[in-house]
Amino acid sequence: MQLLERFAAGDLEAFEVLFRQHQKEVYAWTLRIVRDTGIAEDLTVETFWRIYKHRAGFKPDGNFRAWARRIATNAALDHLRHARHEITLPENLPCAASPDGAVSRETRDSIHRAFHELPAKYRLVATLALVEEESYNNIAEATGISESLVKVRVFRAVRMLRKKLNSLRPEVQTK
Amino acid sequence: MSNQEIDKEMEELLKQAVAPVQDTELRRDLWPQMLRKLEEPPLPTHNVPWFDWALASLAAAALLFFPGLIPALFYHL
Repeated sequence: MQLLERFAAGDLEAFEVLFRQHQKEVYAWTLRIVRDTGIAEDLTVETFWRIYKHRAGFKPDGNFRAWARRIATNAALDHLRHARHEITLPENLPCAASPDGAVSRETRDSIHRAFHELPAKYRLVATLALVEEESYNNIAEATGISESLVKVRVFRAVRMLRKKLNSLRPEVQTK
Repeated sequence: MSNQEIDKEMEELLKQAVAPVQDTELRRDLWPQMLRKLEEPPLPTHNVPWFDWALASLAAAALLFFPGLIPALFYHL
């Protein structure tokens, strides 16, 4: 009996093997969405718990990696939905290097704040597409929506971000 | 400046303000944590407090009397 068949049949040892094979990848994917190592660890466990709970629905000839990534994305999205109003900005925000110093600390904070106020489903695709530069195809596969809908959500996220930023800090309005 | 150019500028601002995660390495094995979660007793399904039911009823009544709220609700889901 193959590993995936044993897992689907409820074999805990098979599940452990799959867990150890995929935990790093699920963690890395989740971390790129939630951007917090502790939360990413908890969500990795939550993802595999959902995987184990729904094992009977998994087809052993299917793609476990893609299935796990989809479930991880849903778990991360659930987290973003519930945590979006609890975000506080840390003192030392990680930010990309800006050699020309074009983005000031205040502007950066405003962008962070505006970004965290985006609805979860828009923040998720914007994080993956614009910050992490993940391909639209991969995002579509992970979120279970079409590639064109991913593009629409990224477009809307940017528009919403612009509006929020303008209302938060009129001095950083784009021309 | 066209809207497209402004959006492009916004994307660039975002990229400068929010860095991609550099270190995605998992530092510890999560299997012990997984085992603990698997061993947790399942939550009873009837532990919804009364005020959650009251809140749900209020929300349902609001949607019934003000159907215009439905698109706003979907937007925030």
